[in-house]
Amino acid sequence: MKLEVPTLASLFAEGKKASVVFWVGCAGSFDDRAKKITKAFVKIMNHTQTSFAVLGTEESCSGDPAKRAGNEFLFQTQALQNITALDKYGVTKIVTTCPHCFNTLKNEYPELGGNYKVMHHTQFLKSLIKEGSLKVEGGKYKGKRITFHDPCYLGRANKIFEAPRSLIKKLDAELVEMKSCKTKGLCCGAGGAQMFKDAEVGTKEVNIKRTEQALDTQPSIIAAACPFCNTMMTDGIKNKKQEDSVKIMDVAELIANANNL
Amino acid sequence: MTLYPNLIFLGLLLFGIGFFTRNISRIRRNILIGKEMYRSDNKSQRWAYMTRVALGQSKMRTKPVAAFLHLIVYVGFILINIELLEIVLDGLLGSHRLFAPLLGRFYDFLIGCFEVLAFLVLITVIVFWIRRNVTRIKRFWKPEMKGWPKMDADFILYFEVILMLLFLSMNASDSILQDRGIETYINAGSFPISQFLYPLFDGLSDEVLIVFERSFWWAHIIGILVFLNYLYYSKHLHILLAFPNTFYANLEPKGGFEVDHHIKNEVMLMMYPEKLISDNEVSPPDKFGANDIFDLKWIQLMNAYSCTECGRCSEVCPANLTGKKLSPRKIMMDTRDRLEEVGKNIDANKGVFKDDNKKLLNNYISAEELWACTTCNACVDACPIAIDPVSIIMDMRQYLVMEQSAAPQELNAMMSNIENNGAPWPFSNKDRLQWVSE
Repeated sequence: MKLEVPTLASLFAEGKKASVVFWVGCAGSFDDRAKKITKAFVKIMNHTQTSFAVLGTEESCSGDPAKRAGNEFLFQTQALQNITALDKYGVTKIVTTCPHCFNTLKNEYPELGGNYKVMHHTQFLKSLIKEGSLKVEGGKYKGKRITFHDPCYLGRANKIFEAPRSLIKKLDAELVEMKSCKTKGLCCGAGGAQMFKDAEVGTKEVNIKRTEQALDTQPSIIAAACPFCNTMMTDGIKNKKQEDSVKIMDVAELIANANNL
Repeated sequence: MTLYPNLIFLGLLLFGIGFFTRNISRIRRNILIGKEMYRSDNKSQRWAYMTRVALGQSKMRTKPVAAFLHLIVYVGFILINIELLEIVLDGLLGSHRLFAPLLGRFYDFLIGCFEVLAFLVLITVIVFWIRRNVTRIKRFWKPEMKGWPKMDADFILYFEVILMLLFLSMNASDSILQDRGIETYINAGSFPISQFLYPLFDGLSDEVLIVFERSFWWAHIIGILVFLNYLYYSKHLHILLAFPNTFYANLEPKGGFEVDHHIKNEVMLMMYPEKLISDNEVSPPDKFGANDIFDLKWIQLMNAYSCTECGRCSEVCPANLTGKKLSPRKIMMDTRDRLEEVGKNIDANKGVFKDDNKKLLNNYISAEELWACTTCNACVDACPIAIDPVSIIMDMRQYLVMEQSAAPQELNAMMSNIENNGAPWPFSNKDRLQWVSE
């Protein structure tokens, strides 16, 4: 299936507007695993004929890892650059598949003059279902044991616990919770710019600890909603040599697959 | 009748309260060493949050057993202290159980309640001690809890045991004297708990028993004044500071970190000088981030004084759970220790801080600890009184990076990638849409 991915610039040239901007994020644009999540989400958008556009080459890193690594200056230059690009097209509504971009755009951009309605893709998918444009039936996931790993920047940071879970329930799957979930969810180990560095000396890697908690629920799928969590959990599963029996899937991928997109 | 006891009592009371006031004003001064931060918006929301979290202890519930035990001590502490009013008036006026004739049977009921509470507090405190020292609950035995913090925790429990025992012994000896019809010991009630202590005192003569009763009475009130003044030196300050600490808590979504306005001015000046409103002078900050308590905000310093070292933060910290050096509790304890050190320095140098060649960074908190944080906010969420260790970690990282360029090598690479090609990895921004055609 050919993906329809208009850019804001191309729409602008045609005098058109998109009702929502899909903020792809750096992982979603460049990381091989995350690109699959990006595509799954676009397939759903295309399938539901949602009017959207991307910034394309005008998008730049949201600045989240720079800020959390302590470089406030770099964060703000990135943010202002992005705000200029978004405001040029009069953007009001953004959806993103990355909780880090989501959090920064939603909570930190307003201070710098960027005010948008920002949604995480799990919220957006939920709204598509609610308004009737997206229908989800269990199909291949019916009865499967799925556990959901709460991304810190979606869950604890922004109190979004229900949207991803409601999507999993739509699949007629058996949603099993880990020992620490929702507000108590354990980090995958990638946040706060940890994704880009080795961990300090310790007795265990955080992602291994979290993977063990996930495996305790004996799932066939560990659902994630963040490209970084996805990477960390995928590494964890490989470390535990369980990659053949347990899959790490983004919620968007589950929905797209369930609809044979 | 001599007035000496009344005067001695007045003197002790004034000294106790005076010393306490002096220490509280020191804490206030130390907290205000911190930088300004405006958190007086949304007053009604703040009152509600404080009522729910501090008064209602809503965040304690995640550990139901500890929450229940803590509630007993908390309610006991507040209610039993109502009797302090009578004790203080008796002390000042030379009366004995002033309220007994005024309240009649209700007095009997009140004292009965206080005794039951005192008994419950006593049992609970013993359970606390067992949890800490016998079953050795893990969070009480982390490396940062060695030495004074451990002793402090035990001292508080011993204090409470002694105060409760004094209260009950005082009542027991008093009520025997009442039964014997000794003058001034008017019949005040049934003393449901302390009656079990009668066998200890029953055999004593009237004179000796009066000495005992008076000793318990004095020891009890002196003990309370000592405990009040112990707070300043102890983690137990949370009984007071939990309230302002929750009132001034961050009510915004936890993921939104503070955007630095000094830096904003700098960045605007660089990128969009035309947009900068020039009505207030743009002054570059004298320092980016924090390497000492002077650079932190007053709320962060208040957080440090409020911490009661329960360790719920470190217990859920992914870094701490996997054996890294970082412990959010230690971040708060170090901040308080350094703040205390600075405070003492100021006191010793006539109100001016004299450089002591020490800093919060390195002398207390190492870069290794700071870099282990995933900013997951589990510690902030776990804190029963809304302390925010992550904000201190972030400010100190900012110092390391912006003042010292001392980030781990891989993070420097990540940041230069963002600077050069707008992504944390070395991919060309031109390829941002390549995934569409792959």
